[in-house]
Amino acid sequence: MKIWIALFVLLAAPLRAEVAITPVTSPSGLNAWLVEEHSIPFVAIEVIFAGGATLDSDEQAGAVNLMTSLLSEGAGEMDAQAFAARSEELATSLSFSAGRDSISVSARFLVEDAEAVIDHLRTALTQPRFDEDAIARVRGQIVAQLRRDALDPNTLASQAFARTAFGAHPYGRESNGTAETVASLDRDALIAAHRGAITRNGVFIGAAGDITAEDLGLLLDRLFEGIPEAGREPPPHAEFLAEAGLEIIPFDGPQSVVAFGHAGIARDDPDFLTAFVVNEVFGGGRFGTRLMQSVRTERGLTYGIGAFLSSGAYGESYQGRLSTDNANVETVMELLREEWARMAEEGISAEELARIQTYLTGAYPLRFDGNSSIAGIMASMQYQGFDIDYVNIRNDLIEALTLEEVNAVAAQLYDPDALFFVIVGQPVGLN
Amino acid sequence: MFARPIAFAALIVVSLLRPAHAEPVTHIQLENGLDVVVIEDRRAPVVVHMVWYRVGAADEPPLQSGIAHFLEHLMFKGTETMAPGAFSEVVEANGGRDNAFTSWDYTGYFQRVASDRLALMMEMEADRMQNLAFTDAEWLPERDVILEERGQVLESRVGGQFNETMMAALFKAHPYGIPIIGWRHEMEDLTGEMAMDFYRQHYGPNNAILIVAGDVDTAEALELARTHYGAIPPNPNIAPIARPSEPPHLAERRLVFEDPRVGTPYVSRMYLVPSRASGDPAEAAALQMLAALLGGSSTTSVLERRLNFEEGIALSAWAGYNSMMRDYGMFSVGIAPVDGVTLEEAEAAMDRVIAEFLQEGVDLEQFERVRRQIRASEIYALDDAQGRARQFGVGLSIGLSVEDVEGWIDTLEAVTPEDVIAAGARLLDRRASVTGYLTQPQSAELSQ
Repeated sequence: MKIWIALFVLLAAPLRAEVAITPVTSPSGLNAWLVEEHSIPFVAIEVIFAGGATLDSDEQAGAVNLMTSLLSEGAGEMDAQAFAARSEELATSLSFSAGRDSISVSARFLVEDAEAVIDHLRTALTQPRFDEDAIARVRGQIVAQLRRDALDPNTLASQAFARTAFGAHPYGRESNGTAETVASLDRDALIAAHRGAITRNGVFIGAAGDITAEDLGLLLDRLFEGIPEAGREPPPHAEFLAEAGLEIIPFDGPQSVVAFGHAGIARDDPDFLTAFVVNEVFGGGRFGTRLMQSVRTERGLTYGIGAFLSSGAYGESYQGRLSTDNANVETVMELLREEWARMAEEGISAEELARIQTYLTGAYPLRFDGNSSIAGIMASMQYQGFDIDYVNIRNDLIEALTLEEVNAVAAQLYDPDALFFVIVGQPVGLN
Repeated sequence: MFARPIAFAALIVVSLLRPAHAEPVTHIQLENGLDVVVIEDRRAPVVVHMVWYRVGAADEPPLQSGIAHFLEHLMFKGTETMAPGAFSEVVEANGGRDNAFTSWDYTGYFQRVASDRLALMMEMEADRMQNLAFTDAEWLPERDVILEERGQVLESRVGGQFNETMMAALFKAHPYGIPIIGWRHEMEDLTGEMAMDFYRQHYGPNNAILIVAGDVDTAEALELARTHYGAIPPNPNIAPIARPSEPPHLAERRLVFEDPRVGTPYVSRMYLVPSRASGDPAEAAALQMLAALLGGSSTTSVLERRLNFEEGIALSAWAGYNSMMRDYGMFSVGIAPVDGVTLEEAEAAMDRVIAEFLQEGVDLEQFERVRRQIRASEIYALDDAQGRARQFGVGLSIGLSVEDVEGWIDTLEAVTPEDVIAAGARLLDRRASVTGYLTQPQSAELSQ
């Protein structure tokens, strides 16, 4: 039976992503990466503005998030209703979302309406109205969401982990703010957040679809007309502060949510890709990982468990999550410590490395599925500092990794004595 | 390892060409009853391979709720020639992704892989269509996994439990009232033997649909399908679907679900209505347009505009139509009020706005915008081979034809404003509905 697997692995020849990326510079000097695809008459554009919620002050935490939510709630001559109706007439989907490190703007539109959609989007980015009634309405929705978050064990676990891990740095607080800070945000705070976050400096642009490089350059200049050069300064690097130990947040329910982890690895570290490969073996979000094998498949202690390198622009950590019955928490913690120690001491096997190399190199081309995904990847790769040829050499880099290199990085990354746990629930036998 | 395949002649070949840009969709049925649908999309070297069985949670024997979903998990636990877990290992080793899903009407298995691995996926999927084999060492821990799954995805989410309670109240006889994952007390008693019985009863080529979407040549894909699936004999145990039907609904049902974990209280209502498969497609299309007009946009739809923007009493208000079900559809509306507005007041306001809409008729500008978005969605959908594969999979699973699925946009475009109002007036019947309040306990202290 095992022969089957060995045999099929041999069949898995490495596959090239073969993505033809065109670097585009607009007449005014904006840079973008474009993947042309002329078979379907629409275009997807992704714009990332670096900074995001980290640009907020502590007192006005949540301002960037509320501001971003209001970009589609009225702009120029249009109130919120008129703005949405115009988007519908143009059959475009525009989305604006604020994250911890950046604001993302995604647009999808039919080629025949390209210029009208770009004008519409520019109005949202440069002339948001921040009408008082819109502020009150959206603020109410966000406060309701924060109230739900306060009753959600997964969110509570993530918040507690970040708080202890990053302390007073913006990474230690909730990106969306608290009920108090959000309630205190007025129109002036939103105008200031907008001026500080939506700028040409630190912008990253990806595009895919039925458009040429020249036309894209012209559209981008049209889109960025009136957007100022520079805004607020990003925060300093966040140190990882959590020490080994346990934090319990009592919460009613049959299960506990467990967040666990320790310090991580920066995404510009030369060993980042190697660490990523190691984690894919250990806890990447799939069935075959060590954590899934040990905790789910062999023992039935959870529906799902995973670990991830949380490496942001301004700080990093290595974390994992699972839910389990309250009675199982102690057992699971013990298993995690054992698996962690095994990684630190023995690393992964030659067979595991070969298998993950085949998997990762085979899976990579699958990410480039559709214009919206491709536009998103193009923007995000620039934001993360990759070279334009990275797509076409990334699989070679993974294949070149040796067992020695991989396990040297594993020994550095995994520290069973540093594990910090947050448990949200009523874990049996722990206090 | 596998019997030498015999190529069967196709019984039906339908090639449908959709508007200008669409790639062809081909449908045949093999002699053993397997439906095969091929959707070509040659833009990237990737293919989606899916097998859908026309059996789901609504076909379970009494006392065995959850067995369809339990079997779905056990389908990854090996065959006579493959070790437990090997299926996913092979997919993963080939850089692919695989997963499975269970609904009331269907159970589906899919892999997304580089297109040169399609034959391998077919070989393995055809194997577990007929040769499933597992031992106690596999199914016993897996039963704990599905109980953990119920704990995590349902019992830990108050909205999930509320929804389960609403469904149980809406359906008086039909098994759509039983949760797909099963009732916990019945799941605890499920066995591997029960799952194997369910497998023997319902799995086989004559109860399945194969869908291949992506970077394939249609003729080659059909030939591969014949090679790998064509030799599987039809399962003689497959019987016509027989499920209880709903008796007349004479009185509306109401319930209050209290839980300290409720962050945002809301009102939810579900109406029992026809589905695309059980009713007149034109009427289903009218209900779809009604849902789009009432709740399709978080800004301009009737419920949001009136209750959130104009009257300021809702945080949000919504409408939706669950049409892709074999026996019944569900039309849902709901409202989450702002602080200071009670659930009773919110419900009354929602009903008033719906009644006024049905009285005053459709805003023609809004209607035209919805139509324009539907036309554009047809172009955007071409960008998503997996999404198209899913549409055909669900459609054929619930009894629609390939032509029904392909023609849906045309059916929607044929709907008039008058059709929308007529469908709403006729089908939103309170007697065939359940209304639920999700709220904090009346005199509760938060546990958190």
